[in-house]
Amino acid sequence: MDTAKDIIVLDKVVAGYPGNPVLEDVTFSVKEGEIFILLGGSGCGKTTVMKHMIGLNPVLAGKLTVDGLEWRRKTRAGLFAKIGVMYQSGALFGSMTCMENVMLPMDEFSRLRRGERVEKAMSLLGDVGLADAADKLPGEISGGMKKRVAIARAMALDAKIIFLDEPSAGLDPITSNALDDLILALRENKGKTFVVVTHELPSIFKIADRCAMFDKARRRMIALGRPQELAAKSTDPFIASFFKRGTTNV
Amino acid sequence: MFESIGRKACKAANSAYEIFAFTGEAFAAALWTFFHPHRFRFGDAALAFEKAAAGGLGISTGIGFLLGLILAFQSAAALQMFGVEVYVADMLAIALFRELGPIITAIILAGRSGSAFAAEIGTMKVDEELDALTTMGLEPVRFLVMPRVLAAIVAMPLLTVFGELAGLAGGAVVLKLMDVPTVVFWSHVCSASGVFMIAFGLAKSALFGLLVGLIGCGAGMKTKSTADGVGAAATSAVVGAIVAIAVSDGILAVVCYVWGI
Repeated sequence: MDTAKDIIVLDKVVAGYPGNPVLEDVTFSVKEGEIFILLGGSGCGKTTVMKHMIGLNPVLAGKLTVDGLEWRRKTRAGLFAKIGVMYQSGALFGSMTCMENVMLPMDEFSRLRRGERVEKAMSLLGDVGLADAADKLPGEISGGMKKRVAIARAMALDAKIIFLDEPSAGLDPITSNALDDLILALRENKGKTFVVVTHELPSIFKIADRCAMFDKARRRMIALGRPQELAAKSTDPFIASFFKRGTTNV
Repeated sequence: MFESIGRKACKAANSAYEIFAFTGEAFAAALWTFFHPHRFRFGDAALAFEKAAAGGLGISTGIGFLLGLILAFQSAAALQMFGVEVYVADMLAIALFRELGPIITAIILAGRSGSAFAAEIGTMKVDEELDALTTMGLEPVRFLVMPRVLAAIVAMPLLTVFGELAGLAGGAVVLKLMDVPTVVFWSHVCSASGVFMIAFGLAKSALFGLLVGLIGCGAGMKTKSTADGVGAAATSAVVGAIVAIAVSDGILAVVCYVWGI
């Protein structure tokens, strides 16, 4: 992993919204094939940083590069092809079946014929263990299943980087654990890079290669590294208290 | 006080900017769709059309019938004193084809479909579906707004025709009760109206459909992620559309007067 190339680089980024900076001087990089966690308490700005990384909001200052391309309005279309996003609610389209949701990006951008698109969508649903839910509407499946369909949709255009926003939120521990296993399996089998926003400590310790931790009070990134090392060695009281509960749960 | 005026002025300017930005975005999406018709989501447009037209047919014809009935009753009472109640047919034809048909149908469409557009898109925004579209490289305006606006533009004239015919039927019932033969009623309707008048009314209704669709979808796109966000968007869609319909109808009335139409 240490020799892998940097696929996302944030250099002195000021994250936030126009007139309302949330975090300053955010500098880190994500390596290809890594599972990288954006970590912190509620309202610390981790989702804001992810929104910059996926191109929904421009950074207020600094430089953000994804797979060698800097996020700009002009480069957005090209960069969207490199990423897939699973939102906290799944954000599936309620009027479409799971299969149609997964096929949607392919319908719009792929040159595959319909039969090939159906085959690929079925294969992706199979990867997330939901081949038998292909004809179901999102309203007919559970929250955890919605998230898995959303992961399949995020991979529909063979994106290199998959962003997951709070994948464990609202899920019971067993479903959450199964989702963690799925993320690990997809990294192993498909070689994807994952950037995950979460504050669920059991998930962090299970799947993270490295994490970046943000603090609302100091308005900056306060730690970067392997979660086990941060939990064991950090002398920062905030980091220590953050990991304290998690280490007892591991 | 100055601070409050300044804040309100900034808010109004910001709203105006958002309206212009959304209109520009919708115009750009319409142009793009015109040159890439194969990428247009006809299925979504057909679904929105079915909801707007088939769903609104009953209420449009029902209200149209009652409107014709009431107008005929009110005017026939006065005209009967002069023995010219048959001219109720002329009055109804002109009123329905030029003004009341398009405007009443547009208000119904604003209440049914404009609010539904705002609520649908607003809920999608709250559920992050608009963000999902954006990060998939799909423009939400092209994907969600264009099919609904087209559906409203096509549905409005159709609903207007049914509303107008129902209104005339209502008038015919009243005159029949006053012993005016139905054939005489229809001959007066035909002589008082003309192809241009009917076409003008339908063109106006298509414009109202455009306004209802744009304002409804625009309100949905601006929905805030608060508890009352979707409700507020639906209300704003209906109020905004009714105001826009009234203002544009007023402008058209002045233009018609100046041009002698």
